[in-house]
Order: sequence, then C-alpha cells, then structure tokens
Amino acid sequence: MGSTPGDRIYRLVTTAFAWAVPLLLGLIALEVVVAAWPAFRTFGLDFLTSSQWDEVRGNFGAAPMIYGTVVSSVLALALATPLALGVAVFLSEFAPTWLRQPVAFLVDLLAAIPSVVYGLWGIFVLLPVLREQVMPFLADTLGLRHTPFFSGAAYGPSMLAAAVILGIMVLPYISAVSREVLMAVPRSQREAALALGATKWEMIRDAVVPYARSGIVGGIILGLGRALGETMAVTMLIGNRHEISSSLFAPGYTLASVIANEFAEATSALHTSTLMACGAVLLAVTLVVNVVARWLVWRVSREGR
Amino acid sequence: MQRTARSLGLRRATNAVMLGVMNVAALVAVLPLVFILWHLAREGASSLSADFFTRMPKPVGEAGGGMANAIAGTLVLLGIASLIGLPVGVGAGLYLAEQRTTRLAVAVRFLADVLNGLPSIVMGIFAWQFLVRPVGHFSAAAGGIALGAMMIPLVTRTTEEMIRLVPVSLREAALALGYTRWRTSLAIVLRTALPGIVTGALVAVARIAGETAPLLFTAFGNQFWSLALDQPVSALPLQIFAYAISPYDEWHRLAWAGALVLIALVLVISLLSRLVTRSRFGGSGD
Amino acid sequence: MHARALTALAIATIAACGGGDPRSGDTAAASAAASSSVDLNGAGATFPYPIYSKWFSDYATATGVKINYQSIGSGGGIKQLSEQTVDFGATDGPMSDAELANAKGGMVLHFPTVLGADVVTYNLPEVTTPLRLTGALVADIFLGKITRWNDPRIAAENAGAALPAKDILVVHRSDGSGTTYIFTDYLTTVSKAWGAGPGKGKSVQWPVGLGGKGNEGVAGAVKQTPGAIGYVELAYANQNKLPSALIQNAAGTFVPPTIASITAAAEGAVAGLASDSDYRVSIVNAPGAGAYPIASFTWLLVYEQQGDAAKREKLVDFMKWMYDSGQQSASALDYAPLPKALATQLTARLDRVKAGAPR
Repeated sequence: MGSTPGDRIYRLVTTAFAWAVPLLLGLIALEVVVAAWPAFRTFGLDFLTSSQWDEVRGNFGAAPMIYGTVVSSVLALALATPLALGVAVFLSEFAPTWLRQPVAFLVDLLAAIPSVVYGLWGIFVLLPVLREQVMPFLADTLGLRHTPFFSGAAYGPSMLAAAVILGIMVLPYISAVSREVLMAVPRSQREAALALGATKWEMIRDAVVPYARSGIVGGIILGLGRALGETMAVTMLIGNRHEISSSLFAPGYTLASVIANEFAEATSALHTSTLMACGAVLLAVTLVVNVVARWLVWRVSREGR
Repeated sequence: MQRTARSLGLRRATNAVMLGVMNVAALVAVLPLVFILWHLAREGASSLSADFFTRMPKPVGEAGGGMANAIAGTLVLLGIASLIGLPVGVGAGLYLAEQRTTRLAVAVRFLADVLNGLPSIVMGIFAWQFLVRPVGHFSAAAGGIALGAMMIPLVTRTTEEMIRLVPVSLREAALALGYTRWRTSLAIVLRTALPGIVTGALVAVARIAGETAPLLFTAFGNQFWSLALDQPVSALPLQIFAYAISPYDEWHRLAWAGALVLIALVLVISLLSRLVTRSRFGGSGD
Repeated sequence: MHARALTALAIATIAACGGGDPRSGDTAAASAAASSSVDLNGAGATFPYPIYSKWFSDYATATGVKINYQSIGSGGGIKQLSEQTVDFGATDGPMSDAELANAKGGMVLHFPTVLGADVVTYNLPEVTTPLRLTGALVADIFLGKITRWNDPRIAAENAGAALPAKDILVVHRSDGSGTTYIFTDYLTTVSKAWGAGPGKGKSVQWPVGLGGKGNEGVAGAVKQTPGAIGYVELAYANQNKLPSALIQNAAGTFVPPTIASITAAAEGAVAGLASDSDYRVSIVNAPGAGAYPIASFTWLLVYEQQGDAAKREKLVDFMKWMYDSGQQSASALDYAPLPKALATQLTARLDRVKAGAPR
C-alpha cells in the first residue's frame, strides 16, 4: 500500500489512533474488574443475590440494585416503545414533508438534554404531579391500592418516577433507530402491498414493519442499554433505598445511582470495592446489551443496502 | 397476507383509527420536550441576569450570587476534553474511512459504538481509579480526560461518516495529479469533509457538556474561581446537581438558570450542526 | 485549534442568550481574591456546611486564602482524608479506631469546631404548634412500627394538635453521614429495639423510608413531601423554615433545639475534658433539665504530620482564626459556639500539627 515514507508514517499514525478505541475499552474493563475483585472474592455469587447493605457489619449485596436497574429500565421501555414506534412510523410513512424535519429534530433533541436537567425537572415538576395526581389516581380512583404493584405510601421519589423519566430519555434513541430502518425498507415492499389492495395501515403492519423488525428490536435494545446506565436523573428521582419492593410507589436503587451516591464516601476498602463491583456488573450488562443491539441494527442496514 | 373475510368498511375504519393513533403518538412524544423547555424558560429566565455569569456562589442562605466559576470550569473541562478527544477521534475516523475492511477497522467501528453506550458513571469510577487515586487529589485534568475519553468514540464515528460522503472522484483526481496518498487524504479529503467533522465535534462537545456522572469523583467541584488544571474545579452540571437537591429556594433558582444556559448551549449547537450538514449534503432526508 | 474555536463559540452562545459575558467574571473573581488558585482542599460533613461555607467565604475575603470545601458527607470526608485526596476532612461522627488505623497519612487529630443539633423535622401543614416526641416515639417511627400520623401514641403526647390521618413518610440519609451517626447514636441510647436492629453508624440499614443525599437532600425531600418526617441539622431546618419537634430529654422535659439547649448539653461533657483528650466525645441524651438530647460536636480532621510546611501554616492559621473570630458567626447560623475555655485549649493544641513527613 504505502508507496512513500510519508504514506507509511501517515498510515502508522492513523492506525495508532484507531487502536486507541479498543485499548481504551480494554483498559476501562481491566481497571474496573481489578478494583472490584476483592468484593467478588469476599462475597462470591452471594453478591448478586443478597439484599444486605450494612456498612456497620461490612455486608454488601447488590440484588436490590440489580433488580432496580432491570425493573426501571424495562418499565421505561414499556412506556417508550409504543410512542417511539408511533413517531417513527408517522415520520417514515405519512408525515407531510414539511413536518418531517421539525418533528424528527424535536424528538432527537430529547436525547441532547443532559441527564442532570432531566433530574432537575423531575424533582420540581414530575414528582409533585406523580405524588398529587398520578399516584392517588392509580391507587384510589382505579382502586389498585390493594395490588402489590401500587401499594404503600406515595412519596414521590420511586421506581415509577425513575421509569417515567427513563422512558422520556430513551424514547429518542428507539425512535431514531426505528426511523432509520423503516426508511431503509425498499419502496417495492410498500408498492407491492398497496397493489394487492391493502390499506395504508395493513401495508405498514404486514409489509413494512416485519421487514424492519430486527432493526426495530435492535433500536429497543439500544434504548435498554441507555436506560440501564443512566445515572443522574435516576439518582435524583428513584429514592435511593437498598430494598426490593414489588410496589412501583416504593423507592428503589440502581447500580448507577448507588455508585453516584456512595462512591465518594465509601470508607472501608471493601465498600469501595463493592461499588466497583456494581460498576463491573453494570459494565458487563451494558456491553452485552450494546453488542446485541449493534449486531441487530447492522444486520438490517446491511440487508437494506 | 390479506384476510379477505374482513369487510372493506372495517378495514378502512381500522386504517383511520391506526393513522390517528400514530398522529397522537407523535404528538405525545414531543410533549415532554415542550414541557421541559417551557419550565426551563419560565423558571430559568427569571433568575438569569448578568450576575449569574459574573458573580461567584454565595454562602448558604445569602441572596444573590451566580455561577461564574461553574461556567469557567465547564469551559476548562471542555477544552481539555477537546484536546484529547478530537485528535484521537479524527485520527481514528480517518483510519476507518481509509481502511474500510481491515480486521482492525471492523473491530474499531464496532467497539466505538459499544464504547458510546458505556454508562458515564463507569467512566467516572474508571477515571477515579486511573487518574485520581494514583495522583492523590481531584483535579480539572482528571475530569477533562474522563470527558475526552467519552468524546473519542463519538468523534470517531462522525468523522468516518463525513469522510465517506466525500466523492471518490475527488480523491482519484488528486492522486492522478500526482499527490501522495497522505497529502490527498489530509489536504483534499479531510479538508472537504471538514465542515461536517467540525459539526460532529460540536455535537460531541454539546453532549459531554452536560455530563455529570464522570465529574463527580474527578473534577469534584469547587466554590472558588479556579482555572488550575491540578485543582478541583466546578462545572455547570455538578453545580446544577448540588443545587437541585438542596433545600434553598435561592439555589433552586440558580439551578434552573444553569440548566437553561446548558440547554441553550446544546440547542444552538444542534441547530448549527443541522444547518451545516443540510446546506452541504443536500436538503432533504436524514 | 478546535478547542479555541469551541470556547469562542460557547462564550458567544452564553453571551447571546444571557447578555452577560463570562470573561468579566475574571475581574470580579480576581478582585475578590488576589491568587487565582485554591490554597487548601477539604471535604466532608454536610451538617456544618452552612457555617463552614460562611467561614471559608469570610476568610477568603479577609486574608485572600482560598479554602475549597465540598460537602459530600462525613463518610466522604473520612475516606478522602484517608486516601489523602484532600488536605483536611470534616465529620460529625468521630472516626473509629479502625478508620484511624486505615488513614494513609499517619496520625489523624480531631478538632471540634462548633456544636450543632440534629432536629426531627416534618411536613404537616395542619399542625401549627411544634410536635412533641419522646425518644421511644422517634425510634418507633423510624423503625416503621408507627405508620400513621394520627397514631394514638403520637396523639397522647400532642393533645390538641390536629394530627392528620396520613401515612408517615420517613426520609433518611442515603450517604454516609455524621448527622446519621448522631441520630442513631441517640436512638441506640434510648431504644433497645433500635440498638438490636439498625444500630449506630454513619450509614445503617433503615427499616423504612427513602434516602436523600446530604442534609440538603433530606431537608429538600421533607420540604417537598407533605406527611414526611426526617432528621437534619438545626441550621437546615431553620434556614428552610421547617419546623423542629420538641424532644423529651433524659430529665423528662420536652426541649426545643436552640443555641442555649445545645450549649446546656455540652456543658457537662466539656467540663471533664482534659487537654490530652482526643476529643472524640458523644453528648447525646445529656443530663440536665435544659439539655437538648440530640446534640454533638462537629470535627475537622487534620493529619498530625502535614508534610508540606506552606499548607500546614495556612491550615493552622485558618483554624486559629476559626477559634477566635470564626466562633462569633456561629450563633447567627444556629450553631452553638464552643465554650471559651475549650476554644483556648484547642488553639494551644494546634501546636501538635507539624510540617514533618508522615510517619
């Protein structure tokens, strides 16, 4: 390839920069896992299943945080996915041309708002609404107080609050990816369906969405990856409590928010290592989720070309 | 595929209902943004004054004061982050665009996307372990490096995308004129793609400008005016976080104002980037 | 090159949306203090943060020496001091022997700075006179044994108060905190069930409630949540116009948290302090009719061997100022100043802080 010394140097330099990416990822994984090792060695698999979080006696388990991370993220997806798909289909199939750009821009802008601003808005706007309107409505008006999911006192900061804010935060990711893959569906698919006499809705349901399905799933999983690692907004709204509760009104905890809250003040080496272990678990889960999502999205965009 | 048993009327009705549902979904999805921006404007604008930009934070319970130090701190952090993230990201992006199919390129492209999805709090504990603990104190440098590391994958991918948009004919013309490969790459291809790359860089900066989690255990915060790289430094998102969870009304007002400034920064950059990319690469479609 | 362009753009953006220019902050800040970097870094307790932020601000104005203090919780203060990432720490729960042994910089000295109180604060718009609570009631509320505000046991102590039929929403600290240490120290003293359960510490396993970060976080949550109850340092309650419950003390009197009742709690403990004491003393549930039962010293944590002569000098100079002029601004912010004799004793003790290398 390289024909002159300049070319060789140039190639060497860009290659070195390219190596920075895998090296950085490797270094992060190594540092975090090494720092987390004492905790894994001390608690073993109990770390993942125990709900103890007792600094006085040096007992730590991450089960409530793992539970909180998964539940808040899954709920967020349940809230965001229908909306995101609605927006994506609206934009790709029948939005007037003049509306496409602005709506897409506005939805994408949701992704640009910093997490801490979501948290601020959540504390002063979302929490009062949840506490005074939504929670009483769910518990009393709909009479769900006696189900395990909507029982207990309405504090405001809760799993529900975290799920709502996360839902808003991951919506743009899901909708952007879905929009991309829907746009990549060949015209022939749509025309064939319409030619067979399908209504517009039937065309979308039977010809367009199935064609883009794995890309859409990829987008949803990408949103999941975002939700799992989201820190500030969740820390400000979830209530920070080391406990597994079935009620969505109860405060909870996530892996990311326990690190944010406790890392600067963990006095014992074991406590620090435990928080690093929370980081390691989070890192592992998000890596797997991201790899799966990327693979799904890539497959579609390649097929689409 | 079609169930012909269903009457045409029912199918038309379903069609109309579902189209309505899509419209509503689009509307509902935009609502949170409208609400957030409206509250920010209402709460933030009232406490946004010249003092906000020029004054230092006041002790608890004293009225007035501003976030001059946090704004300066954010600029310092973004400067350090750009110095690290931009060269590495652009270099890696060049590599990806030039060597599309080598095993390293495929791996880097994939890992850059994975790194993009890395939770920022993990970057924070990594930076503490790697930069703060060995050095022995919190510093602006550690915070800036953590943010710079977050920029690398973002800039890598946008650079690659932008360079790919440069027509092959341009490259071939330069080579035919006797340019060496590296000069072609830098003087012709990179220069042509530059506006797009700058835009991508701006978007990356806008995204990390609002990051809080990586700064919690690195930049740490500082209530004084400090531009020293080896000292803790304040930053807008850190200050917003501290003020938002505080019980003081005065601080809440400052938090809203800070959030408004942060959002304005992000908004302006997003709009700019959209204008640049649209004017360059054709008007329609994303 | 990009960085400069970006900075210019950021400045332009800020200027455009606010009409102010951050660069003029240079001049404002520069006039406020001659030197442009921070002289000392400290971190820790949120309990004394209001008074500390006043001290460090006043001290910077008076001398130009800038001391950056971040209120991250007492646990954080101890940790960062032990890791030597800060020049001094601050805590309201004294360091345990194990923690002292863990400190990387050698011997740590505890210097009391002021006296403060934990108050039990609540958000009950219906209740106009201060709530009266016994130690047992506070313990049972925080244990989750009493769940409604109109519980007969609360009503028995508060005849005539319009206690609502609301859930009690407990708010506690989510971070390692000296405020929690003082509170659980007190609850362990007055309630067997508490001692056998959560126990005493900077962070414990709370049976009920939600966590707020820092005194700020708890005060903020209580303020925004009708029906909430929490514990915060007195200054946080007063600053935010949050009510404080009267607590029944060891003598059986219901006492409000005031400068006088905090001082009364300290009197007995201070009288017996020898000058060679390590000053790690607890004054909860103090005897005396006027003593407020949930009071405590708060401490600065300083390495005996500083290792840096310039820093040592700045730190000791500040602390001398704190024991003299600083004490006068305590009462205005709801902290009880140290008794005169104790302040003198502690000023003399500063000679123990040396510039030598850590052993």
